[in-house]
This record gives sequence, C-alpha cells and structure tokens, in this order.
Amino acid sequence: MRLETLTALNAERAARRAALIVTDPEDGGQRLVRAAEIDADPLADILRERLRSGRSGLGEGPDGRPVFVAVHVPPVRFVVVGAVHISQALVPFAAQLGLDLTVIDPRTAFASPERFPNVRLIAEWPDKALEVVGPLDAYTALSALTHDPKIDDPALIAALRADCAYIGALGSRKTHARRVERLREAGFDEAAIGRIHAPIGLDLGAVSPAEIALAILAQVVSTLRKGSDKPRDAAPAGA
Amino acid sequence: MLSTEDDILRAAEGWRREGRAVALATVIETWGSAPRPVGSHLVIDGDSRFLGSVSGGCVEGEVITEALDVIADGRPRTLEFGVADETAWRAGLSCGGRIRVFVERID
Repeated sequence: MRLETLTALNAERAARRAALIVTDPEDGGQRLVRAAEIDADPLADILRERLRSGRSGLGEGPDGRPVFVAVHVPPVRFVVVGAVHISQALVPFAAQLGLDLTVIDPRTAFASPERFPNVRLIAEWPDKALEVVGPLDAYTALSALTHDPKIDDPALIAALRADCAYIGALGSRKTHARRVERLREAGFDEAAIGRIHAPIGLDLGAVSPAEIALAILAQVVSTLRKGSDKPRDAAPAGA
Repeated sequence: MLSTEDDILRAAEGWRREGRAVALATVIETWGSAPRPVGSHLVIDGDSRFLGSVSGGCVEGEVITEALDVIADGRPRTLEFGVADETAWRAGLSCGGRIRVFVERID
C-alpha cells in the first residue's frame, strides 16, 4: 500500500467517513474509494453491497480478476445520557468493547469528574452537549438513562432524526408508554418510535447496575453486529 | 465495527513516517472456524515488531517471517494457513479453520 493511500484512508477514518480499499491480491494493485465516490466507481455494485453489509471480503471483478474489498467504517460512538449509577458501570465495559463513550448530564451533582474519572463527561443539556460530541450519525449508539423526560426526550429525538445505529431508553413499560405519547405528539410515527429499545437491554433478568449495564451493552453489540437483538434461532428463515 | 483496526492503521502510518520499513498483513479470506475476521490487520516493521493480529496468535510468527521478505523485495504475497495445508505442521490453526493473508509493503 502506498503511504499516500494509507494516509488518505486514515484521514477519512478520522473524519468519521466510510471508505473502502480495493486490492487485486494477484498484482497488489490498490486504490482508495471514499463513500461519496462509490457511485462513479467501475465496481460500484460490489462496493455498495460491501459497505451496506460492513463486511470486508474477496470477490471477483467484472473482468474475472479477484478483488479484495476492505471496508472501513467509523468506530462506533456510544453516547449515554445520564450520569447515573448504571452509566458508571458502563464505563469499563464500553472501554473493553472499544466503544468511544461519552456521558452527558446537565445535573452537575451527577456529572462530576469524581464519579466519572476515566471517560469523556459533558455536564450540559443534550442539545448543547451534542454540539460538542459532533453530529450524531448512523455509526452512533445512544442510550437515555436519566428517567427525566426533560433530559432524555431531546436526546432521543436527536438520535431518531440522525438515524442512530442503536437507540435505547431506560424506564418501565408504563414510563415508555408515556414517552411514546410525547414522541407521537412531536411528530414521530410508529416505525421511528419502534426503533427505540425500551425497556432497555437484553432480557438477562438484570438487577444490579453492572448487570443492567451488561444487558444494555449486549443489546448494543447485537444490534450493531446483527441489526437486531433477537436470538439467532428466532430469526426468520433466510435472515 | 467494534474493532480497533483503526489504531493499527494509524500506527502503520506513524511507523512509516518515522522512516521504519513497514509491512501490512490483512486477512482476505477465511473458511470454517477462523479466529480473526476478514479485514483484520497485523502491522510489522523491519525489526519484527508488530501490532494487531490475523489469527489470535496461531500463525503470527510465520506471517512476520514472510513480512520481512516482503519488506526486503517489495513484492506482495498471499499466504494460506490451515489444517488442510502442509504448513499446519509449522504454523497451524488449532481451531481447524483456514485463512488467507495478504502481505504488502507500505511504500
């Protein structure tokens, strides 16, 4: 790989844009294709499918030559709204998983560096904090954990508008039913509201904050990897 | 998506800019139960220092040896490892899978 190609790839990754490296493993021929350049590429169909699935792999070009496509999508950011006990438990788990975690909470008593020493912490209301985080995108997961609609709702609305990869909200079924009402009034349809995982987390029977954190992260991983949090066995045929 | 391949590629760029000779190994195909997914990287410098993983430790030694040859002559190579291969005696995948690894020099 030419150093210029590697540098350009790393620049795309730093800017949180998807990019692909197309390699002919027989002669080493290689090029970078930025997400915005796919449509104009001779291998557009192959590249589009690779980017959609997020899977790197070997295939055959139209000329019958082997072609390896490496898919580089941005690292997943995880935005947690609510500097609560569960969020404290989330910090080490998220670090292990390589999730780029940010905790947001306007309540400074909660969002204190003493409680959150090893993570990016923003003691602002979500609207302001998300300006610091950068635009939410399809490579961002967001969980709303404050139990306070004044804080949770604006974050959930921003996540729905940005088509975040994962959206979860803490609260009982009853709490969620009231949330659904508010989101409907805000103009969201059933399909959009249905993207919110609530009650949050895989059903592990979690009780302690660490167990709930684990259930949330298990659901995040499942959604990112499979596009669903349903067990493999329960997936419809051909899925 | 949840990987840190990003850091490995940044390291590869940084090492090259420091003037070190660098090779990049990439898993391009897997069959059966392979320990690391397609797209996984191992970056190697001319002094056999490395970062990342293409097999979780099973065949890294062999890949590093080959990478030093790639650094020397600049010719990319595709390596194959697995139980169905005679290299299994030297460097095999105990899980029974097979992998193909593309090794290239960073120029």
